[in-house]
Amino acid sequence: MRRIRIELPHHLRTLAGVDSTVEVEVGDPPTPDAVLDALEGRYPMLRGTIRDHSTRERRAYLRYFAEGRDISHDPSDRPLPTSVAEGREAFIVMGAISGG
Amino acid sequence: MSRVRLLVGTRKGAFIITSDGSRRSWSIDGPHFGGWEAMHLQGSPANPDRIWAAVFTDWHGQVIQRSDDGGRKWTPVGSDFAYASDPGDHKWYDGTPRTWEFKRVWHLAPTADDPDTLLAGVADAALFRSSDGGESWSELPGLRTHSTGEEWQPGAAGLCLHTILVDPRDARRMYVAISAAGVLRTEDGGGSWELATRGLSSEHIPNPEATVGHCIHKMAMHPSRPDTLFMQKHWDVCRSDDRGENWKEVSGNLPSDFGFPIVVHPHEPETIYVIPIQSDSERFPPGGQLGVYRSRTGGDEWEALTRGLPREDCFVNILRDSMAVDRLDPAGVYFGTTGGQLFASPNDGDDWHVVADNLPKIYSVEAQTLP
Repeated sequence: MRRIRIELPHHLRTLAGVDSTVEVEVGDPPTPDAVLDALEGRYPMLRGTIRDHSTRERRAYLRYFAEGRDISHDPSDRPLPTSVAEGREAFIVMGAISGG
Repeated sequence: MSRVRLLVGTRKGAFIITSDGSRRSWSIDGPHFGGWEAMHLQGSPANPDRIWAAVFTDWHGQVIQRSDDGGRKWTPVGSDFAYASDPGDHKWYDGTPRTWEFKRVWHLAPTADDPDTLLAGVADAALFRSSDGGESWSELPGLRTHSTGEEWQPGAAGLCLHTILVDPRDARRMYVAISAAGVLRTEDGGGSWELATRGLSSEHIPNPEATVGHCIHKMAMHPSRPDTLFMQKHWDVCRSDDRGENWKEVSGNLPSDFGFPIVVHPHEPETIYVIPIQSDSERFPPGGQLGVYRSRTGGDEWEALTRGLPREDCFVNILRDSMAVDRLDPAGVYFGTTGGQLFASPNDGDDWHVVADNLPKIYSVEAQTLP
């Protein structure tokens, strides 16, 4: 099992009642799909807020970052970079920037 | 002494605002869910301390929150609003087919006698029910799959189901209003629906007397006379005295019959309130003068209620769910503006004062009357 750190945007931290990086355990190799499945399993209130309830596709205004790279458009079953898999860096869920 | 609790949904969160029965001094608690769009909050008539809030962001979609202590603490509950069948197509603004897609909850309607059951009107137009306090939701698909559904087109705010009225004599009879499809009525608890638009006329659609396509902004009913329905339409204030079978215009001497909310006095079933807006293109009070209009004759004859309201340089709008009445005597009347002002009248609308002056854009106001 791998222990993955996840950084969530403000509204999701509030919704889940967490105030720092979240950790989940997933099988090897960890992928965005597996990480998010584990996250939603631990925090059911996040279901539908990162991925669509039915299609499981990433919500349009959210991005996934790893190792300083936008991996939003990579296949969601592609293994995460080693630094994220080894827990040295976080898998980041980030809201696209917008004002108003 | 009775108390009043206002449930205020805004562009950037929800506010719980309370007063004693005098309704002169108010306490503001919030924002709850800061940064989320709080479309609508509503309490259970069976347990007023149980309150639901429909909150949304473009980033994270729909979340339903529930409080069991009058709005102090909140818990996220179910937010999966899945259509019960192949969603099919409605019409887009340009008349081309557009696949039905859940966007957000517009309106919550808890049932009168069961604190675990409530209805939700959503965009794209559909009706959902929860029987477990909001933990899970099931569509009543007979509405969305109505034979005219493929002809329904969105209004400026989308294809939203924003009004749910339940006949207090028989909960199987319900009315919903959809912008810009019309009014539909069910007699069997939502299994089947029929359009209830005869008599409506809308000059902005190709056939003004068409059965489908009327942009209903809000409807209201007094529980003691559930055969009578009142409506603020895109243009025109209308009433029906036969459960929506036939409608007639009662705009009378209003300075403009364009507007959004309409409410009925809690103790006088022929007393109704609207807030005229200059036009659908401008969407501010006529001449920049904000005024509530009251009819004590169920329409046609209207009087301006302006004491305490801004009568110059006022260019806000008042959205469809942003007006409410309490059940005290004299009645409290409340409304919120797109400029973030919340106004209250403790005496049937005769006099007004500011409850809050700088809230975010107000989407909805509900009033709970508490012991």
